[in-house]
Amino acid sequence: MMNSPQQVKNPSSSLKSRFITRFLGALTKINAEHPISSSSPTRIFQRYRRIKVASNKSMAYSVRSRRIWSRAMLSRFRSRRSAFSVRRSSVKTTNCTTSPPSALIKVTINENKIAKGGLDMQTDELRELVPGGEAMDVCNLLGETAHYIKCLTTQVQVMRKIVDFYHLSK
Amino acid sequence: MSSRRSSSRQSTGGVSRISDDQIIALVSKLRHLLPEIRDNRSDKVSASKVLQETCNYIRSLHKEVEDLSDRLSQLLATIDAESAEAAIIRSLLM
Repeated sequence: MMNSPQQVKNPSSSLKSRFITRFLGALTKINAEHPISSSSPTRIFQRYRRIKVASNKSMAYSVRSRRIWSRAMLSRFRSRRSAFSVRRSSVKTTNCTTSPPSALIKVTINENKIAKGGLDMQTDELRELVPGGEAMDVCNLLGETAHYIKCLTTQVQVMRKIVDFYHLSK
Repeated sequence: MSSRRSSSRQSTGGVSRISDDQIIALVSKLRHLLPEIRDNRSDKVSASKVLQETCNYIRSLHKEVEDLSDRLSQLLATIDAESAEAAIIRSLLM
């Protein structure tokens, strides 16, 4: 297998650096447009929300169209700006240990058993959490989930470091 | 991983013919990303448990992004973002 280390950098580190560049750029912009000097609760909430969206957007744009989940997220951002945060807040109410209404999950989650209908039933909840999950087959869903989790952990890791950095520089 | 649990090709339309082995492989790949199960080391983790843990993990990651956004929104203006950027980028990438 041809492996040229000069050309092929670790793909996850270039994803990470793309994310960092984008996200920091977004933070600078947010800082300029929503200065912290005006600290009304509405303003603070606006800043928070813009930062959260910037974080998710920066990651989705850094992944570009290479993934089903990133494409789904990007199209959401393009069509309806607030769609993602609205979706997420409605998913938050779903508790893993209680059965959601309607025909979603027929299996008892407390038991380590997959009832008739199998893996598909178990994946319904996951489909709501992964962008674009509803339309994926199980195979894709699992693969997309793995990548989505990796990107989320990168987001969290970078954001933590930025927070630490700002803390230290005070 | 119990192979019993993976023979769940009950067709909901039969669009995708996914082999049990593929599912096992993907689920175990997921498993290795999850912090708790990864530490557990036991091979007897059912697929449904992995999915459950995955959902929990994704939710906790979402929550963390929100918490960090909250903290960032308070910290942001205490430093000149432009001059700090280069330093941050360098230190983060090292």
